[in-house]
Amino acid sequence: MARARVYVTLKKSVFDPQGQTIHDALVSLGYDGVKDVRQGKFFEVELGGLPAEQARQTLEEIARKVLSNPVIESYRVEVEG
Amino acid sequence: MKVGVVVFPGSNCDHDTYHALKHVCGQEARFVWHKDSDLSGLDAVVLPGGFAYGDYLRTGAIARFSPVMRAVTEFAGQGGPVLGICNGFQILQEAGLLAGAMLRNRTVKFLSQPVHVRVERDDTAATAGLPVGSVLTMPIAHGEGNFYLPDDEVDRLEQEGRVVFRYTTRDGRLADEANPNGSLRAIAGICNRERNVVGLMPHPERASEAALGSADGRRIFEALVTSLVRA
Repeated sequence: MARARVYVTLKKSVFDPQGQTIHDALVSLGYDGVKDVRQGKFFEVELGGLPAEQARQTLEEIARKVLSNPVIESYRVEVEG
Repeated sequence: MKVGVVVFPGSNCDHDTYHALKHVCGQEARFVWHKDSDLSGLDAVVLPGGFAYGDYLRTGAIARFSPVMRAVTEFAGQGGPVLGICNGFQILQEAGLLAGAMLRNRTVKFLSQPVHVRVERDDTAATAGLPVGSVLTMPIAHGEGNFYLPDDEVDRLEQEGRVVFRYTTRDGRLADEANPNGSLRAIAGICNRERNVVGLMPHPERASEAALGSADGRRIFEALVTSLVRA
C-alpha cells in the first residue's frame, strides 16, 4: 500500500481571493505580522496493488490530470515509503 | 434546429435552458444524459449551468470525464456549435475546449445579480448576427467566475478576436465596478479558435422572456440558430 500526500496550490502569479480574505481577517484579529496567506488543497491518498515506482507514476498522473488544473495550479506529490 | 441540452448530475439550469430553446425560441430540443455518448441528429449542444458532480473537487473537474464529454469534444471538432453557460463554460475549460480557468470571485462571495455584457464579436456560434457593441442584460449566479489566463495567453486570445463578451456598464463602458467578479480584462465569455465553441458566465436562459425582467438572453439562442443557417 502506497500512501501519498498531494499538495495543490495556486501558482504564484495567480491571485488568491480566499488567501487574501484570510490574510485580512488575521490582520483584523491583531496578527499584524502576517504578511501573506495562500490557500491550497491537501489530499491524502492510499493506493494499493502497485509496486512503488508505478504507484508514484500513477499518483503523479492523478495529481496532474484530476486533482489540479494546470492553468492556475501547481501540485506536489510526496509518497511515503 | 435540434439542440441537445446535456444533463449532468447536479445540473440545475437544464430545464430552464430546454424551456428557453423549445418554448420561447420554438426550436426542437432534447435532453442528453451525461452517460450518453450519442449526439446523432443534433445540430447544436448546450451545456447548462449548475453544479455538475457537486463541483466538490473544482468546478467542472469531474464532469469533463463524463462519457458525454468525449462525444461533445468530437462534435465540436467536427464544427458543431457548442454553448457552455456558467458551469457549462467551466466544464468546457476543464475539458480543454475553451481557454483559461475560473478563480473564486474576487469578493469571495457567491454572486447572484443582473449584469450587463457587451457583445465583442458577431462571428461566433452564440453571437452570429448580434451587433458588436450591443449590451445584453442577464443574471449571473456563480462563486467561481473570475476569468484567469496568463498574460501572454490572454493577449493571444484578444489578438485572435476570441473575447466574445465583456462585463460593462449598462451603456457599454468598461468600468471596474461593472466587473462583478474580478475577471481579467472584464471577460465574461470567450470562444475557441474555430468560433464554434462559446462559453459565457451569465445565464441567457434566465433572461429569455420579458416576464423574467429581460429577454436579452433569447438573442443568444436565436444567434445559435442564425449561425447554423449561415454555416
